[in-house]
Amino acid sequence: MKKEEIEKIIFSILKQIAPDTEPSELALDENIKETLGIDSFDFLQFIITLDEKLNREIPEQDYGKITTMSSLINYLTQNMK
Amino acid sequence: MKKEHHLQDYESVQANFSWETIAKELDGLPHKKGLNIAYETVDRHAKGKHKNTVAIRFIRKDNSFQEFTYSKLKIQTSKFANVLQHLGIKKGDRVFSLAGRIPELYITALGALKYTAVFCPLFSVFGPEPILQRISKGKASVLVTTSALFEKKVKQLQEQLPFLRFILLTDIDEHTSTKILSFSKLMDQANEEFSIPQTNLEDAALLHFTSGTTGMPKGVLHVHQAVLTHYITGKYVLDFHPGDIFWCTADPGWVTGTSYGIISPLVNGVTSIVDEEEFNAIRWYSILEEHKVNIWYTAPTAIRRLMRMDINPKQAYDLENLRLILSVGEPLQAEEVIWGEKTFGMPILDNWWQTETGGIMIANYATMQVKPGSMGKPLPGVEVAIATIDGGKLKLITEPNIEGHLVLKKGFPSMFRTYLHEEDRYKKCFIGDWYLSGDLAKIDGDGYFWFIGRADDIIKTSGHMVGPFEVESTLMRHVDVLEAAVIGKPEPTIGELVKAFIVLKPGIEPNITVKMDIMGFARKEMGPAVAPKEIEFIESIPKTRSGKVLRRLLKARELGLPEGDLSTLETS
Repeated sequence: MKKEEIEKIIFSILKQIAPDTEPSELALDENIKETLGIDSFDFLQFIITLDEKLNREIPEQDYGKITTMSSLINYLTQNMK
Repeated sequence: MKKEHHLQDYESVQANFSWETIAKELDGLPHKKGLNIAYETVDRHAKGKHKNTVAIRFIRKDNSFQEFTYSKLKIQTSKFANVLQHLGIKKGDRVFSLAGRIPELYITALGALKYTAVFCPLFSVFGPEPILQRISKGKASVLVTTSALFEKKVKQLQEQLPFLRFILLTDIDEHTSTKILSFSKLMDQANEEFSIPQTNLEDAALLHFTSGTTGMPKGVLHVHQAVLTHYITGKYVLDFHPGDIFWCTADPGWVTGTSYGIISPLVNGVTSIVDEEEFNAIRWYSILEEHKVNIWYTAPTAIRRLMRMDINPKQAYDLENLRLILSVGEPLQAEEVIWGEKTFGMPILDNWWQTETGGIMIANYATMQVKPGSMGKPLPGVEVAIATIDGGKLKLITEPNIEGHLVLKKGFPSMFRTYLHEEDRYKKCFIGDWYLSGDLAKIDGDGYFWFIGRADDIIKTSGHMVGPFEVESTLMRHVDVLEAAVIGKPEPTIGELVKAFIVLKPGIEPNITVKMDIMGFARKEMGPAVAPKEIEFIESIPKTRSGKVLRRLLKARELGLPEGDLSTLETS
């Protein structure tokens, strides 16, 4: 899957969780939770939905590694190879 | 060396307990000027053997940390007390904070207490609406916050807050107006010495907001002598010993983060760890290891998250310093207590208390047999019972294993003194000397308490109380919403999630766009800690004949349970 496609999926899930925000405006190095004002439960739902859409499972202990758009996309693309 | 637990024999301590004796273990203000929380937590240690002990170690998001010894904390809090004096703040005026877990918040809290102002923390994740409600009801004179939080959540409220005299921003170098001031500039100019004024046992000290079933949040007021409860629970439940490193993971925006994230460890002279970052399993285990944490006080939400992960912390981390793990926020299930035993070699000690009780009231103690799933036994010095309440009359239940209302006899130091400006609401919580907690429980034959549930509609999500009425009121302000009813829907990680049932105005199509618009509106107004996580459109809200929303019926339907007696249901 291309980076752009992953991004699109990420933005769409985040928008559903936090419709008051514009996930597509997230800068690559911005902390997703802090910038969008989502809590730990929201973030958990985000990753669970992302897992479903990408048909994979991100272990929960790795959540600390995927706090920004760039770290998340890197994580996903590297782990997909 | 193994430390001997302070509570060796529960029964004998309980039998001989007196609050007067405990008061003698604290110093009191010099020249018999009373009892002040800031003096007991900071100043007395700063001039004693703990002066060079680290009082608080703040771990920043990048893992670097900043330490305040007791003597440094005395200087900083005295400076802040002088700042309040300089601003013309009076005894009893309310000083609010709205910030993450940064040093300025803790300096504000202790400095305000030192000055005999009333400190009120706000959860930084709140949206503008809960902030407005609380600042208005508390009539804040001063608000300490950051530029980012001010810009996002407070700036637009200013016209509605005419009594708010000063806003101190923690991250600007210069004052921007006569009202918006630089925290650091004021602190730089302030004197390091402050003489704590006469502080009476019953002087107001802390204001915490909590949610009720009906109406808007209530301002729970505590007094300076509450520190006796913070002290003795630190000794008997958390088992503080000199040299201990303690980590309470709660945010001071909630009562646990103030009573046990600030006051209790400091009054006991130990080192408190404060992490600025949110939950992250690897980070948390690393903190326990790197900072050699001895006592860890956390919450079921975090424990459940950790249980889901494939990590064996005892193998992966050096946790040999960890002596006690405790939990509060909502009842721990038996399997969670047992998981602690398997994973860390010690049961997780659950305890129970409320914003209104100011400190731990029922606890499992390390020296007592732990019955997994039980709340434990009452703190020595506190009388707790199970009662039936019928027609405004309270009758204590003496037989074991009978469910009833959990009630506490007033008279202990940290019992709240009022709901600010709502004396009637306060009085309604009592029958005679008994405080009605709103929780249902039972006592077994050995004197252990077991939690059953809430007696009302309050939602407990991630350990925080959310009042359905507060959420419904905000939802009703959305242009498409005709009516709303809000319940707590059971959820395995966070206990309950806030779910809203909404009746749309005539002509509005119930579709995903409308749902997202309402969801977005709610999050913007209330913040993610309060706003509904789920919205469902329904045709009508079930009500009693007198018009009261039947949230229990909605909850029963949600859970697929029998709907019970519907005789009072509105039929039209």
